[in-house]
Amino acid sequence: MSTYDASFRVWRGDTGGGELTDFTVEVNDGEVVLDIIHRLQATQAPDLAVRWNCKAGKCGSCSAEVNGRPRLMCMTRMSVFDPADVITVTPLRAFPVVRDLVTDVSFNYAKAREVPAFVPPKGVAPGEYRMRQIDVERSQEFRKCIECFLCQDTCHVVRDHEENKAAFAGPRFLMRVAELDMHPLDAAEETGLDRKRTAQDEHGLGYCNITKCCTEVCPEHIKITDNALIPLKERAADRKYDPLVWLGNKIRRRDS
Amino acid sequence: MTQLERQQWDVVVVGAGGAGLRAAIEARERGARTAVICKSLFGKAHTVMAEGGIAASMGNVNSGDNWQVHFRDTMRGGKFLNQWRMAELHAREAPERVWELETWGALFDRTPDGRISQRNFGGHEYPRLAHVGDRTGLELIRTLQQKIVSLQQEDKKEFGDYEARLKVFQECTVTRVLKDSSTIGHADEGRVSGAFCYERESGRFFVLEAPAVVLATGGIGKSFKVTSNSWEYTGDGHALALLAGAPLLNMEFVQFHPTGMVWPPSVKGILVTESVRGDGGVLRNSEGKRFMFDYVPDVFKEKYAESEEEGDRWYEDPDHNRRPPELLPRDEVARAINAEVKAGRGTPHGGVFLDVSTRMPAEVIRRRLPSMYHQFKELADVDITAEAMEVGPTCHYVMGGIAVESDTAAARGVPGLFAAGEVAGGMHGSNRLGGNSLSDLLVFGRRAGLHAAEYTASLAVRPAVDEAQIDTAAAEALRPFSAEAPADGSPVENPYTLHQELQQAMNDLVGIIRREGEMHQALRKLAELRARARRAGVEGHRQFNPGWHLALDLRNMLLVSECVARAALERTESRGGHTREDWPGMDRSWRRVNLLCHLADPTEGLAPPDSEGGQIRLVREETDPVRADLLSLFEKEELVKYLAEEELKS
Repeated sequence: MSTYDASFRVWRGDTGGGELTDFTVEVNDGEVVLDIIHRLQATQAPDLAVRWNCKAGKCGSCSAEVNGRPRLMCMTRMSVFDPADVITVTPLRAFPVVRDLVTDVSFNYAKAREVPAFVPPKGVAPGEYRMRQIDVERSQEFRKCIECFLCQDTCHVVRDHEENKAAFAGPRFLMRVAELDMHPLDAAEETGLDRKRTAQDEHGLGYCNITKCCTEVCPEHIKITDNALIPLKERAADRKYDPLVWLGNKIRRRDS
Repeated sequence: MTQLERQQWDVVVVGAGGAGLRAAIEARERGARTAVICKSLFGKAHTVMAEGGIAASMGNVNSGDNWQVHFRDTMRGGKFLNQWRMAELHAREAPERVWELETWGALFDRTPDGRISQRNFGGHEYPRLAHVGDRTGLELIRTLQQKIVSLQQEDKKEFGDYEARLKVFQECTVTRVLKDSSTIGHADEGRVSGAFCYERESGRFFVLEAPAVVLATGGIGKSFKVTSNSWEYTGDGHALALLAGAPLLNMEFVQFHPTGMVWPPSVKGILVTESVRGDGGVLRNSEGKRFMFDYVPDVFKEKYAESEEEGDRWYEDPDHNRRPPELLPRDEVARAINAEVKAGRGTPHGGVFLDVSTRMPAEVIRRRLPSMYHQFKELADVDITAEAMEVGPTCHYVMGGIAVESDTAAARGVPGLFAAGEVAGGMHGSNRLGGNSLSDLLVFGRRAGLHAAEYTASLAVRPAVDEAQIDTAAAEALRPFSAEAPADGSPVENPYTLHQELQQAMNDLVGIIRREGEMHQALRKLAELRARARRAGVEGHRQFNPGWHLALDLRNMLLVSECVARAALERTESRGGHTREDWPGMDRSWRRVNLLCHLADPTEGLAPPDSEGGQIRLVREETDPVRADLLSLFEKEELVKYLAEEELKS
């Protein structure tokens, strides 16, 4: 097994400010960035703050920026770097720092609450739900989301524009709107809730200009822009007065 | 009196995995103001790691399935040590719990006629696991999380406050369950009065006052070196219950999942879902042999294929063929892999081969096992559609846990304390079947929430919080900041080092195969570590300080590890997740014995050096006889393999 010493620069600090701190730390075969952060904790910086959980790319806790790119630290293998590289690890930039690599992600939980929940169809008893695989697959793709918030972090609408946060749900929660809208049995419409319209009117879909940054960073490889945001934009266009969009919707939506 | 924030709630749920969230939903829907407290962010609980599915006898794929068959499989899997009433409730209620998830927005994979699809799994007679690819746990947690949000949205409409009746305290830890001490001598002495907590972000202490506390903290895997469990699994609920005076049940039973990744070292232990085998994957040793055919134990002989051909036919025609032995219960497969590696027939990195690449087309693998495909591709540089995986056993689940009443999930001995999910004992006996965990979380999470809410509503007076207990809890939590260095001038102990030593000891000495001498050695090591853990010191301050958090979690891991080691030493037989090299057989007389761990030394006094002294006292208890109508679900010839003579007579 090969071992070498890597140069790491890790941002350390809190709400009052901070700075990049240099470390020289051992790296072994097969390790990921999170392993190295853990080695720093165990040997050099026991109070280095970092979130993590599953260490298998399934929980979305260990989000940070590695050399400026939003990444899951548990899925960033050290072998992608040259042993001579200096590796810089910083907290997610779009959210306020709590301490070291830990940021305050409450923005996302606030936005989650603003999306009205699934509306169960009236008169369909539990156990009587029938859906075709082909119809659930579209929403299933979005439900692969592990809420790592890398898409929220990278989206330029909020990354450097704090002022946009109030009016913009971000890719993750616009995708949630799309997911519910495409759910074969969601009965929101029957209750007078037009999810397509709320995407535009209440969740800030109009801010998105489909640069696909969110799709690029998604560790689950969800095609956020192509499969969720663009269809939502098409649907949000006024269907009544645009026969082409109307027709497109008729063709694309099955069984609805 | 310690100055800190206090809040009043009706029910406090500790843990926000499947069991905790389901408990919280139920308690809130029954009218209880409910607080959920969890160590991670909301929605990150260990439940997301569950891959294969939720076992429920809906009979969507094979209409022969029903709750009785599920009950039977569960009892067989647990080698008849299960708290049978729990296994019955679980099998009866699991389908309703799954269907209910659909009404909350869950999207399971479908059968051709539009129902919830169900897949095969080890130990289950019929295809029974409702699933979403291999990310079922994520679907479960997200559905429950979104249901909680929808309840909060209702409260926002009604009260103008999302958190009026249901609040999640995320990234907070409970260090003590508080009890009423004002009623000493009364019938209700020692009732739960709340929980002492700290906020991880700020280090601030606070108290949630509540008459009912539901423990739903999951398992203990972080006491072992090779584990599929996340950092949260430090046995918190187990320890909280013990410290509050509730006993733990059958802690010797620890499940080593047969298939964890073995390479690279940094991911050793990460789970490879059983669905790989359920969907057709096979195990081979370095000689290319499907060795599982050599490891079918007598109790399962009639149920498993004798040839590769028969096993392969079963996937297409399960009614006329028997299942391949790769789908034996997990304890059997884990032991077999262990034996193959030990016999020198292992892979280069010390595992065995798990192969789907020669069994299914690449695109089917990518569709049915997408997470596994990515996990191996990204972490090990292995393309599972083209080559075999290397796998080996990993500490995965603890069957033992808080002793509870089957119907109410109430912890025995402490009024107001409830437990559900992995932290509760009994349901799975000596070994859990895959898929029975997610259903367990839902069935008993709901029951715990229901009975906690009813219990609180039944009280005329809320139990008082004892100020002295709060002072003690605060002092205990702050101790790592003023750790005393040993007299010889050496520095204070590093909590990370202590943790590593604990994991190594448990892995080596109380692991998958156990021996008497090694367990004595483990108990001595645990006594030593306990003494050193008192001197565990931390640097820095209380704000988001992982070293401090670990120092506090060490208390729990040490307590729970002692339970496992002591119970494992006591049980002189091999059964399910407890394998004794010196007692290799299953002993029918042990089937009726529950081992209860009680806290013997609440003062945390230290044992003399190099002794096996500790804090845990074992008590043997005879199990309840299985109800006659449930026993009649089995053939007599099968029962004689498990039950003692006197049980068979009656």
